[in-house]
Parts: sequence; structure tokens; C-alpha cells
Amino acid sequence: MTDITSGEFPSSIRRVEFDSAESKARLRGRYKSEARFKAYGIVALVITTSFLLALLTSIVSRGVPGFFQNYLVTEVLVDAAKIDPQGKGTPEALRAGDYSAVARAALADAIPGINERQLKKELNGLLSSGAGDDLREMVLANPSLLGQRIRTPLLLADQADIFLKETESAVRVFADTRGSATPSATTGDITILVSGNDFADDVALIKAELVNSAVALEKNIALRAGRGASAESLADLKAQAAELRQRAAGTASETLDSKTASRLVAINGGVVKVKEMTPTSVRGDVIVPLTTTAEAAPGTWQIRVYDRPEADRNMNDRAATFLEQLKSKGLIESKFNWAFFTRGDSREAELAGIQGALVGSILTLLVTIGLCLPIGVLAAIYLEEFAPKNRFTELIEININNLAAVPSIVFGLLGLAVFLNFFGLPRSAPLVGGLVLALLVLPTIIIASRAALKSVPPSIREAALGVGASHQQAVFHHVLPLAMPGIMTGTIIGMAHALGETAPLLMIGMIAFIVDVPTSLTQAATVLPVQIFLWSDLPEPAFKMKTAAAILVLLAVLFLMNGISIWLRKKFERRW
Amino acid sequence: MDMRPDPLVMMTSSVQDQAPKPVKVAAKNVNVYYGAKQALKDVSVDIPVKAVTAFIGPSGCGKSTFLRCINRMNDTVASCRVEGLIQIDGKDIYDPALDPVQLRARVGMVFQKPNPFPKSIYDNVAYGPRIHGLSRSKAELDEIVEHSLRKASLWEEVKDRLKDSGTGLSGGQQQRLCIARTIAINPEIILMDEPCSALDPIATARIEELMAELRSNFTIIIVTHSMQQAARVSQRTAFFHLGILVEKGETSQIFTNPTDKRTQDYITGRFG
Ligand SMILES: Nc1ncnc2c1ncn2[C@@H]1O[C@H](COP(=O)(O)OP(=O)(O)OP(=O)(O)O)[C@@H](O)[C@H]1O
Ligand SMILES: [Mg+2]
Repeated sequence: MTDITSGEFPSSIRRVEFDSAESKARLRGRYKSEARFKAYGIVALVITTSFLLALLTSIVSRGVPGFFQNYLVTEVLVDAAKIDPQGKGTPEALRAGDYSAVARAALADAIPGINERQLKKELNGLLSSGAGDDLREMVLANPSLLGQRIRTPLLLADQADIFLKETESAVRVFADTRGSATPSATTGDITILVSGNDFADDVALIKAELVNSAVALEKNIALRAGRGASAESLADLKAQAAELRQRAAGTASETLDSKTASRLVAINGGVVKVKEMTPTSVRGDVIVPLTTTAEAAPGTWQIRVYDRPEADRNMNDRAATFLEQLKSKGLIESKFNWAFFTRGDSREAELAGIQGALVGSILTLLVTIGLCLPIGVLAAIYLEEFAPKNRFTELIEININNLAAVPSIVFGLLGLAVFLNFFGLPRSAPLVGGLVLALLVLPTIIIASRAALKSVPPSIREAALGVGASHQQAVFHHVLPLAMPGIMTGTIIGMAHALGETAPLLMIGMIAFIVDVPTSLTQAATVLPVQIFLWSDLPEPAFKMKTAAAILVLLAVLFLMNGISIWLRKKFERRW
Repeated sequence: MDMRPDPLVMMTSSVQDQAPKPVKVAAKNVNVYYGAKQALKDVSVDIPVKAVTAFIGPSGCGKSTFLRCINRMNDTVASCRVEGLIQIDGKDIYDPALDPVQLRARVGMVFQKPNPFPKSIYDNVAYGPRIHGLSRSKAELDEIVEHSLRKASLWEEVKDRLKDSGTGLSGGQQQRLCIARTIAINPEIILMDEPCSALDPIATARIEELMAELRSNFTIIIVTHSMQQAARVSQRTAFFHLGILVEKGETSQIFTNPTDKRTQDYITGRFG
């Protein structure tokens, strides 16, 4: 309401100059600070991206082998004498049959001539205890298979599987042998004489290894002595070092033990594990029987080396040899492990699957979403649209916001105290898990829904009221549909949060080892993240692989959920 | 502002006595407060039926506030308090027995910014009749939609794309769609709060034509910042200043022979 035509604009106020030194300096400063900010942004981005990439590649590279499983694929005689000795032919009799024996017989056929008890045990140990399970299902589905020979995959034990997957346990083969070799017998403890000095390098290597060990030991002794260890406590180590030195200096035959790299000789169709070696001869135990004692020409026999000492491996030389033998016959196949998705948990890594945990997670999330969505959305609508603004509703609002920040374990304790101890609901049940997670994500959903409702422009509300819609009609016909994508996004993110939650579920006992896939809301169950937690605690390397594979599944589900929420947001992008 | 009776009120009430048309909306000593702040002071005005009444005045003087009292849109503002008497056809609209939702179905409103629902053109127009049960069949509803769109002179432009989103129209088309939406519930009174402020001269001209046409069936109240527009479309004009109704009367009289200094200053562009 001022008359702008009167009064001069004060001339003391300066104007932006293009060429003055001061404005140039100011401009340079601005460009510099903009460039600096941009650089900070890029650095932050590079750091986060590289962390993410490192994490993902590590998980993927560990997890992907977990989705594959090695099988022995061979001719199996579906032996009626082992499966149904009384010839009853009833499904019960067929179900009770000894399918493991059938699988073992097939393995014995694949590597014939292993009679010694210990070796036989080693060989059978390659097969999983559940190797006959698939066979049982096949026979039950089709009893006419009895007595026939079929080619079918037999599940390998986890250690065999891991051995085949790990590259660092691979064998080194030296086939360019210079002398001809003559074995003394075909089985048992035999000696192989070689016309060349094929083992000279190996002996030298072993001596070098001994020297290395002795040096390492001496260093250790010196270190301890320096720290003031007593002479007696070091005497043992000193003696060991001295012994290693002596062995390295000696010219006698060299003994191989489980602490050095293993050496095997493959000759005349058999394999011998070396116990002692001189440059021109070796002594050892036959693992796979030789066919003859005839002299083997140079180049027709091999030396195999496992660099990793037997003591550091889960597979000993004999089992590894059998496995190599099967592999060289082309009987080992790696297949996608569908059973990982169709089996419950197991103590045997090769039999363990995530179906139980997946179903548990789904049941739990069903309970959660069934409670959260209606309660959360209705609470949000009421608070945002209808509630009077007074002290009481303000208090409720503040508390909801505070609840979102409460550590999840507290909800677990609450669940334990209220649902289990007070209401007496069953432990470990998806119902209780769902209730606890519902408490956990309810604040998230309410906050997200309120934000979504609030972001609907008031002009839409006014338009509806302007044509005589009631407040409730305006909300349900216009505001809520427009807020729905935001509400869905918030809900999905809340669900993703619930899916990855572990701590509160531990409190209500969802951490039990459960083999059966749950079929009801009150049955004991576990969920995916808890399953991962359980597996990650187990010492077997095969379970480490399963853990990574299960993490991949969990991540895939989470990415999928987030993807859906992004898609929803894009699809229903604001159109006003 | 002191509370002594405004001589202008008495003067213009004599003008109203001569008015040929009966009174549709009568406001007596209306005071409106937003919290502690008073936005309207003792406003009394009579609005004739089937005519266009223009509210003019500088920004922030309370034109929208008064307009929103007439369909009780201010009820939705928690801090807003209305005192005084507003009658439509002699009936107090702030009577607790009166349902404000029903009132709004009889007093339609067109807003400053076009605000079609993010739904199809058809649904935009059909929404009001649907919630009020104004049509008995789909055919009847189709007829209402077509009639309303024709009245809003939008039919020719959108008849082939009634299923398209209302938000996909141009600004002027959207505003006419909002007018059609208001007409569709067949209100007695249409309130328009600066309906042309976002429009180009051509769209403005079409809406002005529209008002001239609608005048024969509806009582129209329009808030505008354009003196020319007020002069062109309205029969009566009320000038607000700082929450006070300064002067009201026949449009021709207000624009050619204002009695108050403030009115004179405003319409000659001396302030605002
Ligand atoms: N929701 C509200 N809460 C508080 N004060 C408000 C509210 N709406 C309007 N006011 C105040 O009431 C006074 C009148 O506002 P109003 O919107 O009626 O002005 P107007 O004449 O329509 O102005 P314009 O021409 O700019 O639209 C202004 O001082 C404004 O600040
Ligand atoms: Mg206004």
C-alpha cells in the first residue's frame, strides 16, 4: 500500500559488477566451493558404491556355489532284495526299504575292489545319509522300477561336495614321469621302485619344507625367549626344531605325515598313498587296487600332490582319491540344488534347505500384514483426518513417533512377557512372531501413511467438499486413493524391515532347530534371518556356503519387495 | 476499526431497497476470526438472486474469507470462528440443525486454482450427482454430464475423450471442467474465487461469457482482482478493505460514482 512512484532508490546500495576485482574474487570463491561440494559428493558416492559392491560380490561369490550340489550319477540296480526282501510290494514295505544300501551298492560298482573295512567306510562316507531319499520317492511313485537298472543322481555328502567346489584343495598332477615304475604288489602295503630319480625333486622339496618349519619354530623360540619365557618351557620346542633340522640334513628315506603335503602315485589303474620316499622308490598303502604288478613305462604313471596337508582338510587322502576316481570316470555332476528350496532344516548340510524358514517367514509376515495394514492405515486416517487436535492426540502422536525408535529387542521382550507368559500362546509360533513384528512395524506404517495422507494437496479435499461431499466421503473417495501408493510403499518397506528382523524373534523362541515345514500359525517354526543366524553358527564349511546362499535368497526377496514399492511409486506418481 | 455504525451501510441499504431482484443471501454483522486475529469486521450485505455479484478489494482484505462463509467452507479451518447472521432464502445457514454438507451441495464453489480430481473427465462431473443420488440411471447420469459440460462450453472439446484424465486438460479447460462439476449438482448459488486468475485472456473471455449465461439460472458471487472483469460481468459490486465492507451497490454506480474515498482510490489504481 505504499506509493512506489515517490522516493528515489537509495544510491548507496551497490549493484553487482561484472568486472571488478572483488566480484571476480567472489565468483571464483563460489565456483571453488561448488566444485569442492561436488567433489565431496562424488567421493562419498564412490565410497558407498565400493562398499556395496564389495559386500555384494563377497556374498554372491560365497552364496552362488551354495545353490549347486554335486551328485554321483551312475547306474543303480534297484535291488528288490534290499528294498523289499519279503516281496510284499505294499507302499509301506517299499517306504521302509534300505535305499541307502542300494546307493552304496551303486557306489561300490563304480569303484570296484575296495574290500578293506576302513577303506569301504571312507568310500561310503562320500554319499549323503539321504542319498537314497530321491530313489525312495521314485520307487514309491513307480514300483515297476524294482529289479531294474536305472541311471539316477545320488546325493553326495557335504564334505565331498565342498571338496569338489573348493579350488584350493585341487590336486596337482605330474604325468611326465621319467623312469619306469614297478609295484611290488596290487593291494596292501607296497613298494614302488622307479628306474629314474622321479622323487628327487619331491624329497628336496620336503627337506626344504622341513627347514622352513624349523626356521619358523626357531623364530618363535627366539621371540618367546625375548619375552622372558623360561628355558624349560622352550625345551620342547627346541627339541622339535632340532628334530626337524636333523631330518632335513639326513639322507635316509623321508617320511610323509599328515602335516606335510600329501603325495600319491597313480599306477596300473590303482592309487597308492605314499608313506615314505627316497629319490628312487616309494612305500605306501594302496587305496584303489592296482590291476597288475607289471612294470609301468615312463609317462604312463603319475605323481599326484595335494598341497594342503591332510590335517588341514576335511577330506582325507583316501576319500579324496575315491572322489577323483569318480570324477575321472565322469560320474560326478553338479546340478542346481532345487532341494534347497523344498527341504526343511537338517543337521546334514547337504540335506538342509530353507523351505521351513521361508514358509515360517511367509506365515509370520501374513500375521504381521493382516494386523498392521488395517490397524495402521485406520489409525493414520483417524489421526490425520478426523482426530481433534488436543493434548491427548498430541501425546499419542509423540508416542507413536517414539515407538518407531524403540530397539527391536524390546518388542521381543514385550512379546515374551505378554503373548507367551500372560496369554499363554505357544512358543516359536509364527502367530506370536507375527504379533511381535506387527508391534514393531506398526509405527512405521502409521507414520508413512500419515505422511502419504498429508501429501495429498488440500485442493483435492476442497474440491470434494465444494461439491457437497462429506468429510468422510472426501477422505475415502479422493484422499485415500491418492495416498494409497505412499501407504503401500510404507507398508512394503515396513514388511521388508519385519522380514529381516531377528532379535525380537529370538526372544520368543523362534530360534529352535526345526526340521518340519510349518503348516499352521501355531506350529513351531523359524524364519529366514533366524535360519541364517543358526547356520552361520555351525562349524561345517558346507553350512557356511548354505548361510551365504540363504542370505542371497533373503536379499533377493528384500530387493524384490523394495522393487515393488519403487514400481508402485513410479506407477502412481503424482498426477495433479 | 471502531464499531460505530458505518454510514455507508445505511446508504447502500437504501440502494438495496430499490433493487428489482429479491435477496438470495443476506449477511448481517458478520465477524470472522482466525484465532485471535479478526479477518472480517461487521460485514452486512444482501446478494440478489439470479445476478452476478462481484467482491473486489486489495489482497488480504477478506474477500475469500467472506465467500467461504457462504458455503461454510471455513468450518474446515480449525482456527476459524464466524459470528453474525448469514441467511439463504431467509434461513440461517449457521443453524446447528443445518447440515453443512447439504448446504455445500446447494452452494457450489469454483476455486482460484483449477482443481479437477485426478479421475476421468466423466467421473469429475459425475461425482457430485453420484454421491447425492441425483440420477436414477446411467442414461440420466450421462445426460447430466453432457448437459453440465455443454453449459460450461466444454462439451465440444472433450466429448470424444470423456475417459481421459481431467488433469490432462489445459488450465482453462480444467477451470471450465470445475465449473461443469459445480453445475452438475444444480446448486442455487455458485461461488467463484478468482476463477480466471490462472487463465489467458481467451479462456477468461469464455468463462465470462459463461457467467453471463449462467446468470439466468444461478446466483453467482465472484471474487476478482480485475476491475474490468467486475465491470463486465457483475450487476452488483462490493468493495472490501482491511476486513471491512466499505461500499456496495450497483456495479455501474460503484465504478462511475463511488462515494467512499477508499473505493475511488482502489478503482482508479491509486493503491492495491
Ligand atoms: N486459514 C487462515 N488462518 C489464519 N489466517 C487466515 C487464514 N486464511 C486467511 N487468513 C487471513 O485472513 C485475512 C483475509 O484473508 P483472505 O484470504 O480472505 O483475503 P483475500 O481478500 O481473499 O485476499 P486475496 O485477494 O489475496 O485472495 C488475511 O489477513 C489472511 O492472512
Ligand atoms: Mg482470496
